[in-house]
Amino acid sequence: MNFKLIIDIAINLIRARLKQSIIAAVGVTFGIAMFITLLGFMNGLNNLLDGLMLNRTPHVRLYNEVKPSPDQPVLISKEYKNNINFIQSIKPKDRGREIYNSKAIINILKQDKRVIDVAPKVTAPVFFNTGSIEITGVVNGIDVPAEEHLFKVSDYIIEGNVFDLSNENNTIIIGKGLAEKMLVKIGDVIKITTIKGGLVSLKVVGVMQIGIAEIDNTMSYTSLRTAQMLLGESASYITDIQVKLTDVLMAPEVAKEYQEKFKIDVIDAQTANSQFETGSKVRSIISYAVGITLLIVAGFGIYNILNMMIYEKMDSIAILKATGFSGNDVKWVFISLSLIIGIVGGLFGLLFGFGISNIIDIIPFETASLPTIKTYPIDYKITYYVIGFTFAVCTTTIAGLFPALKASKIDPVEIIRGK
Amino acid sequence: MPKKVLETININKYFYDPVKFRVLSDINMSINEGEFVSVVGKSGCGKSTLLYILSTMDTAYEGELLINNVNLTKKTDKDLAIVRNEHIGFVFQFHYLLAEYNVLRNVMLPGIKLAKYPLKEIEHRAMEHLRTLDMADQALKSPNQLSGGQKQRVAIARALINDPIIIMGDEPTGNLDKKNSDMVFDIFNNLVKERNQALLIVTHDPDFAARTHRTIEMADGKIIS
Ligand SMILES: Nc1ncnc2c1ncn2[C@@H]1O[C@H](COP(=O)(O)OP(=O)(O)O)[C@@H](O)[C@H]1O
Ligand SMILES: [Mg+2]
Repeated sequence: MNFKLIIDIAINLIRARLKQSIIAAVGVTFGIAMFITLLGFMNGLNNLLDGLMLNRTPHVRLYNEVKPSPDQPVLISKEYKNNINFIQSIKPKDRGREIYNSKAIINILKQDKRVIDVAPKVTAPVFFNTGSIEITGVVNGIDVPAEEHLFKVSDYIIEGNVFDLSNENNTIIIGKGLAEKMLVKIGDVIKITTIKGGLVSLKVVGVMQIGIAEIDNTMSYTSLRTAQMLLGESASYITDIQVKLTDVLMAPEVAKEYQEKFKIDVIDAQTANSQFETGSKVRSIISYAVGITLLIVAGFGIYNILNMMIYEKMDSIAILKATGFSGNDVKWVFISLSLIIGIVGGLFGLLFGFGISNIIDIIPFETASLPTIKTYPIDYKITYYVIGFTFAVCTTTIAGLFPALKASKIDPVEIIRGK
Repeated sequence: MPKKVLETININKYFYDPVKFRVLSDINMSINEGEFVSVVGKSGCGKSTLLYILSTMDTAYEGELLINNVNLTKKTDKDLAIVRNEHIGFVFQFHYLLAEYNVLRNVMLPGIKLAKYPLKEIEHRAMEHLRTLDMADQALKSPNQLSGGQKQRVAIARALINDPIIIMGDEPTGNLDKKNSDMVFDIFNNLVKERNQALLIVTHDPDFAARTHRTIEMADGKIIS
């Protein structure tokens, strides 16, 4: 088949009906532009929110969970072996939350090629004393350089410097909510009661804000050593080992492996943040659905215009057939015609979509809760552009197919006789 | 013995709408190369219907049609399109030209479709035909800027572009005045003489018919002489 000629005819048909063709193409352009913008924007937000959680949570976390003893006496009894037992008299044993042998475990983890870095942590529930009331909260004793390497904590410190924690003992960085409630600023000394009753004074060297009120109202950071002293524990006392992997997708598998290896509780990021994943997925689905709907509407526009064009061009189709074009040739003329509209409309759509994304990208978006974000987030992933364009081409081809088949079946005799 | 370019064997055709009726009955005819044949008959006797069958555009008939000694009766739409493109030139009563293209391009189109010659050569040949038809100066005009007689000459040029073995016309002079009609006749006559092509022209102009080599007369779907 002579495709050059067929495309030439298609282009000439478009030229003869330029206005309608442009309207059809604009429909596609609009659909694609919206599709690109919507996906870029939605996924920009998704990534922002995911990042908010994922960057702040370890890919794999090793800890000791408080659990009831699995060996209940009644289970040992041979007599009741096949019965359902609900006498569970042995309460959770205070194994303590300490990870035994943490130094050795950390060393082994650091050898693992899949691991980027390891950060030990001590968490301790405490009461912050202000006036006569006590506010419940948590102290996170962190290894400052490791924590900074893994989670870039300095991003969330809105006043002060995270490294002051390791420079000076008995210092603390507290959440913004806490600081506001207790009316403290940098340099002030606050009093903390541990759950064992000890009372400690710590100097505030910074204020942090993560952007999640629940955390900002309870969280505080100290150095590892300060936290250990707070609890009256030795320098080997560690409650959490946080691990960051080269690929977060390996987390569930790695978590399982460590669990077996170290006989300890291990949780992966996916399990810990499953509710966030669902939210992201739903947002993605909505944006795809809206984008695809727009393109289908554009497809109907093309279908209508092509149908109209075929009615107008009956004579031309009859001439083409009479002078030696087969039904198949005529079909390809109209398919090419709608493909041209689709491709041109689609390319402009990509361009406009990119343009609109860029505009959104520079619109200021400053919320107190997201200190690192200055403008609306946009995801410029090439995949959206590829999907959008592919879908535009598919929709227009399908929209063109039915009119094209109709055109290919036009009987030239009927048209010529009709004159 | 002269070569047969077209032959029909017992062609019958029926229309079913509104009632079944036989438009063509047992049409047997043949045309040799270099022959100029006219078809005459009362309006409604089936001349156009026959011509559509002979030009392969209408395939709903009984009997057999041979062009260039090839039986076309059971051929596919695609094969028939190739035959029309390569071997048949068709001139309608109403000058069907593509409004999207200029005169030259209209003439060239079947040639580009056939792709026997490179584009430059096709253009050259199209210009030659337009020149013989005294239309060379109109080559770059759009069809709707031409008069009826001029359009008909463009349609003839288009019918000639692929050097068909037979040229068919359905009352090609029906809409023309005497002067233009004579001119078209002369063009046809020259084709037969110079190129040895066959011509089959439906006409209701007795003068025109009288000047052709042979006249087929039809009545009620039959050939009567
Ligand atoms: N599509 C059709 N359906 C039914 N009858 C038709 C159709 N086309 C033509 N006819 C009839 O067939 C007969 C022959 O028509 P036609 O070949 O056009 O005649 P001519 O060209 O000799 O004037 C006429 O009686 C006409 O009414
Ligand atoms: Mg007729």
